[in-house]
Amino acid sequence: MTKEFQRSDGRKIDELRPITAKVGVVPNADGSAMFAFGDTIAIAAVYGPKKMHPQHEQDPVKGTLRCTYNMLSFSVSDRIKPGISRRSVEISKITEWALEPIIMIDKYPNMVIDVHINIIQANASTRCAGINAAAMALAHAGIPMRDLVSSVSIGKLDKQLVVDVSKHEEDWEEGEGATDIPITMTSKGEITHMQLDGKISIKQLKEAIEIARESTKKIYEIQKKALKEFAEEEKND
Amino acid sequence: MTRQIVIPGEIIVSGENYLPGEGTEKRKDEIIALIYGLAEESGNLIKVIPLSGVYHPRKGNVVIGQVENVTFNGWVIDINTAQTAFLPLMEVPRYVNKEGIEEVMDIGDMVVAKIFGMSKRGIDLTIKLRGLGKINEGIILKINSNKVPRVIGKEGSMINLIKENTNCNITVGQNGIIWIKGDKVEDELLAKKIILFIAEKSFISGLTDEIKKLIEKEK
Amino acid sequence: MIETSKLTGERIKEYLSQGKRFDKRKLDEFRKISIETNISKNAEGSARVKIGKTEVLVGVKMDIGEPYPDSPNQGNLVVNAELLPLSSPRFENGPPKFPAIELGRLVDRAVRESKFIEFKKLCIKEREKVWTVFIDVYSINDDGNLFDAASIGAITALKNAKIPKYDEKEEKILRDEPSKEPLPLSKTIPISITIHKIGNNLVVDPTKEEEDLSETRVTIGGSDDTIFSMQKGDSSSLSIEEIGNILETAKKIWKDLYKTLDKFLK
Repeated sequence: MTKEFQRSDGRKIDELRPITAKVGVVPNADGSAMFAFGDTIAIAAVYGPKKMHPQHEQDPVKGTLRCTYNMLSFSVSDRIKPGISRRSVEISKITEWALEPIIMIDKYPNMVIDVHINIIQANASTRCAGINAAAMALAHAGIPMRDLVSSVSIGKLDKQLVVDVSKHEEDWEEGEGATDIPITMTSKGEITHMQLDGKISIKQLKEAIEIARESTKKIYEIQKKALKEFAEEEKND
Repeated sequence: MTRQIVIPGEIIVSGENYLPGEGTEKRKDEIIALIYGLAEESGNLIKVIPLSGVYHPRKGNVVIGQVENVTFNGWVIDINTAQTAFLPLMEVPRYVNKEGIEEVMDIGDMVVAKIFGMSKRGIDLTIKLRGLGKINEGIILKINSNKVPRVIGKEGSMINLIKENTNCNITVGQNGIIWIKGDKVEDELLAKKIILFIAEKSFISGLTDEIKKLIEKEK
Repeated sequence: MIETSKLTGERIKEYLSQGKRFDKRKLDEFRKISIETNISKNAEGSARVKIGKTEVLVGVKMDIGEPYPDSPNQGNLVVNAELLPLSSPRFENGPPKFPAIELGRLVDRAVRESKFIEFKKLCIKEREKVWTVFIDVYSINDDGNLFDAASIGAITALKNAKIPKYDEKEEKILRDEPSKEPLPLSKTIPISITIHKIGNNLVVDPTKEEEDLSETRVTIGGSDDTIFSMQKGDSSSLSIEEIGNILETAKKIWKDLYKTLDKFLK
């Protein structure tokens, strides 16, 4: 008899942490949203499309998507010194790449859409939470999009695949240790972002991708619900 | 098809008879939403009315903007679009001496203008018609340009209701900038309150009744 | 067209001279203030402060460091503020510019000069080890008066902060273990408020629209009759009489604010 893998917070292997998603959290922004996986909280704000400055960076053929990702100093256990880090620069770029395929940016030559993501509280999967918040914020801002994207991190703890890795699980040391696989997909299952850190067989990686597909479907439904509920609130206030 | 809120990528309806209108595209038999908004059907045409998003300038639109720069032959006006809007000297109803440009309008002044041309260079404005020109006093209000049709109402019914009940002159720019001028500041603020109410709750049914209730409460 | 138009500005000033404001407040009245504590669990203390639509997040973190040579038995304080581009179309990415630096320094001044934190009690080993208190302020939505929201946030976050457990033998901070030890704070709660001059009127808690018209402002930190810190900002001048009025206004507001903030500062 195989024993069910025990996760430190009691979750099943395919169970996401409780998700909170809300639209319209920054009144000044053209679009904004908040997304949380359990204790990991991200907020995103969109400004644009607007004139691109500096002028020499303007693209005359299509618009530009510009993402910035940053963690608040106190969002993690050991305070992060304020300012840009290489990690946040990399995640900013990854976020751009995760979102660009769905945005119809060719409609806005010489313009820029700025997406700002900040992590308020971190318990792993911060980039995924950020991407999920950004997708909702872009829709809220009225940007034409082919679809939404949904992001989740799949983990492999020793040999076991799990959904939505927490910080505690990221630090898994037994056996083969932890492998972290953040993946972003459209609602149709197209992958727009994928990273991997650790060690995994090709067979298991394919399995991880299938599991990610199931999880991102669930996340998509939550994002959709948050957007629809927001519009309904506006109606019934 | 009942009116419903849709999100980008969502399938609104399926069927070969349906036609894709604004904010949608047709893939095989399905009409897919491309923006977050309210999906509506008229005949077989499915379109999505945006709830949010930037202003898309169109020829013939009356807009309200702020003078950003004065050049030797006109004024650069900010009308909240990425493209530059320009009001040439020639499009002012009276003769302007090249030395007197700033006296007609200077940086920071607000103006009601009409878009008479759009090209790769930018947007061309004119103030040669009645009702256009520099704004001298009043308050300026900014709403999302997508809510402008609701604020104006069918054949102007809503905006006229507001004007009558607040005793104000109101000019609504298609770009979402609104100019309100009344005899008393209280009147202007009431008009502002009503307009903001409409902009926030544009989709409720019975909006006109809600507005009437609001006016009664404030008076 | 990001700034308030001159036109609306004229109207606002006209209205102020009649003692009125667009949102029906009195000139010395604050918008609705709402405070939530413990909004970020990894911080030692944290708060979310909303004044009207303005929102800031403040977090307190603590770490062990060396004391400054001229205060060998006292803990340290570092205050940092960021105007996040998320919070306004007027803020850009990049290193902090003057407004963010000023915001940080104003909060620092209010906390430090009031002696709110009893720094001597943060000494672990004289000349070698002391606690450093980090206060980080972030704007989430700017609709005017970030100054006051930030200072209320800082005081609240400090009041709710807990010193992490420290293993002296291993010289390790045990961040994963829950702590109940509050920061050593004085009983007097310092509050920093900013009073603006618009036309000939003194205005408190301006919306962004009103703040654009501010000709000069004074940020005063204090409580009751005692003033700990003061800074005049922007370039217009003030008469002696106006400064007098500002001080009297500050006194009145502190009284009102204390009542509002009381339940959050227990």
